[in-house]
Amino acid sequence: MNVKAKIIDEDGLKRTITRLAHEILERNKGSENIILIGMRTRGEFLANRIQKKIEEIDNSKPELGILDATLYRDDFRTRLKQPEVSVTDITFDINEKDIILIDDVLYTGRTARASLDAIMDLGRPSTIQFCVLVDRGHREMPIKADFVGKNIPTSIHEEIKVKMKEIDDEDAVYLVESPN
Amino acid sequence: MSLNIKHLLGLKDVPKNDIQLILDTATTFREVLERPIKKVPTLKGTTIVNLFYENSTRTRLSFELAEKRLSADTLNFTTSNSSTKKGETFKDTVRNIEAMKIDMIVVRHQSAGVPHYLTKISNASIINAGDGRHEHPTQALLDMYSIREKIGKLNNLNVCIVGDISHSRVALSNIFGLITMGAKVSVCAPPTMLPKNIEQFGVKIFHDINKAVAENDVVNVLRIQLERDAGNTIPSLREYHNYFGITGDVIERNNKDILILHPGPINRGVEISSEVADGPYQIILDQVTNGVAIRMAVLYLLGTMN
Repeated sequence: MNVKAKIIDEDGLKRTITRLAHEILERNKGSENIILIGMRTRGEFLANRIQKKIEEIDNSKPELGILDATLYRDDFRTRLKQPEVSVTDITFDINEKDIILIDDVLYTGRTARASLDAIMDLGRPSTIQFCVLVDRGHREMPIKADFVGKNIPTSIHEEIKVKMKEIDDEDAVYLVESPN
Repeated sequence: MSLNIKHLLGLKDVPKNDIQLILDTATTFREVLERPIKKVPTLKGTTIVNLFYENSTRTRLSFELAEKRLSADTLNFTTSNSSTKKGETFKDTVRNIEAMKIDMIVVRHQSAGVPHYLTKISNASIINAGDGRHEHPTQALLDMYSIREKIGKLNNLNVCIVGDISHSRVALSNIFGLITMGAKVSVCAPPTMLPKNIEQFGVKIFHDINKAVAENDVVNVLRIQLERDAGNTIPSLREYHNYFGITGDVIERNNKDILILHPGPINRGVEISSEVADGPYQIILDQVTNGVAIRMAVLYLLGTMN
């Protein structure tokens, strides 16, 4: 990993998650009708932390689901490596709910597109709002995030690496040189 | 992660990693089958032909459903209403179907080796849905999946296959697959229903059903295949039932923790009593549900390979 800059550190991540939780609550006037859905893999941990923060602020815990949108991707025939699928874990009713879809990095928007299709197959939510930790630009789809932790303009030769203690050894966001 | 195999012809030479990947991927599709909309767009634009030269209910419906759940386009070929009756050769039929630009072929045939032959005359990805007395890999995969779902592991598990082993492609695929996954496999049948030298696969032989039930964790009960001449190997169905049939009594007497599988179709009162076929020890209908998920996993893994 050829690191160019550390963009968010552990304390920064904590503050960002606190702000995102407040913004979600403000926009939805509380946590009553919201459902958090984390996109595998790191979106899941992010959603987990936002859920805890919302519980702290609002004294009620919104339901949390995990979405794997692999089966809805558009690049099966063009990628060299076959993507690994895992299980979607959304066991509750999403009809008429306000869904907060959570991911770590927003880039081309193709994963978000796949996720929207995957959610629509599970029911008809009243709204879907998109929350990302980092928006790095270079969109290829008409997709925009509702809640953004940090906007980081990048070049296509760079990558954003989000590290979370749940599976990595630290909490941090790095800007790195793309390996290829 | 992707498979090392390009076709699923049998489980004989399929490495452990591949079986593991298929079983794990099936878990994903098992979840899809529980959704209100049981369909994903993954194989949109992929065309699959179901080439069935032999009768089938479960396997054909299961494959067709799996294909539709993955949004693939499907064509069904059955011999009864095809040009095979007009004298067209197998090779010509396949060449013609392939000229219609198809991607995968699911084949069932009464002759062993047909799926292997298909890989030589076609560029499509081939899946064996049963070839003669040879192999039926997706059945064995769904059996393994169902066992793993119920018991949690395959490694070191004692699994006994009971019945007409020498006429059974399900038995052979299960033996290959289970041994690869580390299970201890045995067979139980009258000597006339065992192929010669079956021990060379590393399986133990039982001739006493009580012992087989007592000493195993799982019993996979095979159908007595009357259409494949099984009548010549046993004096009567009733005698087979008396000596080798799985009944409530056999289970209660020997092993109440046993798990009973049956690939279907069931001959009630022959290899299994109705009491057991509908009772608490069996997972026969779970096997059918899991079959769709396993076939989705195989189609997905082979169909999205580059």
